[in-house]
Amino acid sequence: MMKPINKWLMMACGLIVIGIAGAAWAAEPVATLRGGVAIDRETTPPRITQFEDTDQKRPRNYPEQPPTIPHDIDGYRVDINSNKCLSCHARSRTGESGAPMVSITHFMDREGQFRAAVSPRRYFCLQCHVPQHQTDPLVINDFVDVDTLLLNDARHGKE
Amino acid sequence: MRKILLRYWKVLSTPSVHYSLAFLTIGGFIAGVIFWGGFNTALEVTNTEKFCISCHEMKDNVFVELQSTIHYSNRSGVRATCPDCHVPHQWTDKIARKMQASKEVWGKIFGTISTREKFEEKRLELAMHEWNRLKANNSLECRNCHSAESMDITRQSPRAVDAHQTFLFTGEKTCIDCHKGIAHHLPNMAGAPGWQ
Repeated sequence: MMKPINKWLMMACGLIVIGIAGAAWAAEPVATLRGGVAIDRETTPPRITQFEDTDQKRPRNYPEQPPTIPHDIDGYRVDINSNKCLSCHARSRTGESGAPMVSITHFMDREGQFRAAVSPRRYFCLQCHVPQHQTDPLVINDFVDVDTLLLNDARHGKE
Repeated sequence: MRKILLRYWKVLSTPSVHYSLAFLTIGGFIAGVIFWGGFNTALEVTNTEKFCISCHEMKDNVFVELQSTIHYSNRSGVRATCPDCHVPHQWTDKIARKMQASKEVWGKIFGTISTREKFEEKRLELAMHEWNRLKANNSLECRNCHSAESMDITRQSPRAVDAHQTFLFTGEKTCIDCHKGIAHHLPNMAGAPGWQ
């Protein structure tokens, strides 16, 4: 059982917290993918667009970026039974398919040992590699890659 | 034995006593039409999707999987039903396949794949039957609709153009070599020949 004074103190603190949170919320509504439509209303979903299917490699924006998938992957299943990506990108298949081999890092287990086949923790390709759609980004992104940054710095005479 | 055969031969070779020639020929013709028509009608009934999915083995496993693929749902609304891909369209080949299917009747009666677990267990074997059949007949059932001659590769993606030019048009590979698991989910492919 709490003492009455503690109870009043806690209630006051609670009210202050709610008040601050409410003020913050009122000032800047959280940006959601619903786009400002009330929660009890249906949004108009954007049209489903086609996969970019050019088969042209896209440059990476930074060295560690997992390369994006430059082709349609509709209906390609990756599950416990089969991995459709590997039917072209597995080491043994690349000769016939002409597809890039999954990189050597995918053969590494968590002890740093290179195994004979793709390591289970790297099996689900779409966790990192994604196809692209020709569409407007939902969130504005002003990412600038490191080369451009260095170039800009050099232009402005910085070290 | 010889005596019995001779007796039957005598009966067959003796002219009919009670029935007229007209009755026998016309009656025989009509009976033939009825039996032959009945046989083919029954055959066609077993060659429908409705018949296939009247068994829960087909309805709950492979038919459900088909429904999300392009052979069931697509932009133009043309679709393939089970026999379009799994039964040859030529009469003699069809009869041969139907005779093979008596094994499937056996399986149905004895519940070879009566549960999902049993089906998954047997799935690679069953899939291999179909892959081998399509490999042996040069993917005939695919080509009933998809002919290489009518394939306009300028309307295909660059990847498809390369693959079809290198492997399909040269006859080096047939459809099923690359297009496995396009209408149903794949079995566990560990150890499936030619997969990886």
